[in-house]
Amino acid sequence: MIGGLNRRAARLKATLWTLAVPPTVWALHFLFCYVWAAVRCAKRGPTETIGDIRIGIAVATVVALIPIVASGYIAWAQSRTEGDPPPHNASTGPDRLRFIAYATLLLAGLSFVSVLFVAAPALVFTDCR
Amino acid sequence: MRSSSSVLTAAAGAGKTNVREQVECNGDPMTSDECARRTGGPNLERTLRLAALPVTLLLSGCAGVQSAMSPFGVEAAATARLTWVMVAGAVLISVAVAALVVRAVRAPEGSLSHSGGMSLILWAGAIGPTIILFGLLITALPMMRQLPVAPNDLTIAVGGEQFWWRVQYRPTGAPPVEDANLVRVPVGRTVRILLTSPDVIHSFWVPGLAGKVDMIPGRTNTLVVRATKAGTYRGQCTEFCGLAHAKMAFDVVAMEPRAFDAWLVQARTPTRLSSPAQAGALTPPLHPGPGLRRGTEGAAPSGQALYTSYGCAGCHAIRGAGGRIGPDLTLLPQRRSLAAATLPLNPATLAAFIRNPQSVKAGVLMPRFAEMSDAEARAIAAYLLEPK
Ligand code: HEC
Ligand SMILES: [Cu+2]
Repeated sequence: MIGGLNRRAARLKATLWTLAVPPTVWALHFLFCYVWAAVRCAKRGPTETIGDIRIGIAVATVVALIPIVASGYIAWAQSRTEGDPPPHNASTGPDRLRFIAYATLLLAGLSFVSVLFVAAPALVFTDCR
Repeated sequence: MRSSSSVLTAAAGAGKTNVREQVECNGDPMTSDECARRTGGPNLERTLRLAALPVTLLLSGCAGVQSAMSPFGVEAAATARLTWVMVAGAVLISVAVAALVVRAVRAPEGSLSHSGGMSLILWAGAIGPTIILFGLLITALPMMRQLPVAPNDLTIAVGGEQFWWRVQYRPTGAPPVEDANLVRVPVGRTVRILLTSPDVIHSFWVPGLAGKVDMIPGRTNTLVVRATKAGTYRGQCTEFCGLAHAKMAFDVVAMEPRAFDAWLVQARTPTRLSSPAQAGALTPPLHPGPGLRRGTEGAAPSGQALYTSYGCAGCHAIRGAGGRIGPDLTLLPQRRSLAAATLPLNPATLAAFIRNPQSVKAGVLMPRFAEMSDAEARAIAAYLLEPK
């Protein structure tokens, strides 16, 4: 099953478009958390507890982490594409793919951590102050 | 920073002129830098002595009445603690990076492996910073939480106005007390400060007490503070708000709770003198100016009469009577300073300010009274400095 997954992931092609997926998800998650909390807090008093805001942020965080982890995983699989000999810095198809895939993997790692950081305040704050 | 570098330049300049100077050095005549070589360097010593000056000045800038480095409030103390932790951490990391650079540059070629370098980057460049940042985030986030405040805690409403501060104490179950340019807080008690502005955006910052909070027209921001150390401190407007922005400061007095309660009662109790029936009996004032002393023999108008005839009450209130455009003057005698902590408060500065506010605080929104004589200004000043 894992082997099959790896093979499927390796078949997908990493491009500049897929490279942008993790940071875009991070941006959307940030935007959602910000707007969601701002709108809910503006509608209610500052001392209102924010259970639903926290649940919303938790759900959004899980939803955001799924595509980030997935693209990270796909990128990881493709960054190991075989074909050319090391050091993988020639201007050939496989080396370009490895490069883009590796960059995507790093961006996925950054986005993963960032999404968690963006969500962290919801662990600490319990009202709109 | 600028002061330290200019002093160092001066020190270097002093060293240069010394080169040609003939000096006595242990009994032998020689140029001063020869002497320096022999004795181990008066130039160096002088440079060090001069360099010590800016360092002392810089450090002394960190202490005192308006400094986040000498906190007197719960929130500012936490911020200062976090600052020191971050400074220590940053120094530690810088030293470690510098040591790594030295090691990498000095290492013989081929002695560092590629994979070792990569794993160093992974741990020290990615995983380590993530953990450190997460730790800082988790410690700093709870500090952003507002202090818990009960409905019965004292409320102080502060309005930022071009270019002064309207202050109103609203104790529960008692009438409010109006003041300006001076905020008193009881030590050890939680105080809710409501911040707003009728004109432009200002920002309320008492570095020793808490972080800064903007005062935005049409909005009321809440700052909850608790002072921990009695004393006299200072705050400053920290959002550019017009010509006199830099001169829009205020005094903060943290008082023992009992003293504060007593002050609050006293502040809203009119003194005998201020009742209108006795107003005429007010002359001579407590601080008669030279012109007025002459005047008392004749029928010079009293300071209070001048205050009325110049129309000051159109903008200023005393014991609730008068306009609300300028600062309430009831408690002026108890203020620590004049014109939003711009000038020391005494009869001379007060008289000068009343006659020509622009001359001491450019941009001020109080008109100039060109036709007012110095003696009249002193009479009004004396009247204003009496307890009301
Ligand atoms: C047009 C309105 C106006 C009139 C009239 C006016 N003032 Fe003022 N006054 C102000 C304003 C505004 C300030 C705040 C100035 C500042 O510090 O930015 C002020 C500040 C002061 C202060 C300083 C208060 C403090 O807390 O430091 C004194 C004292 C004062 N006025 C006295 C007078 C006297 C006396 C007169 C009459 C001769 C007078 N004012 C007339 C508007 C007015
Ligand atoms: Cu201001």
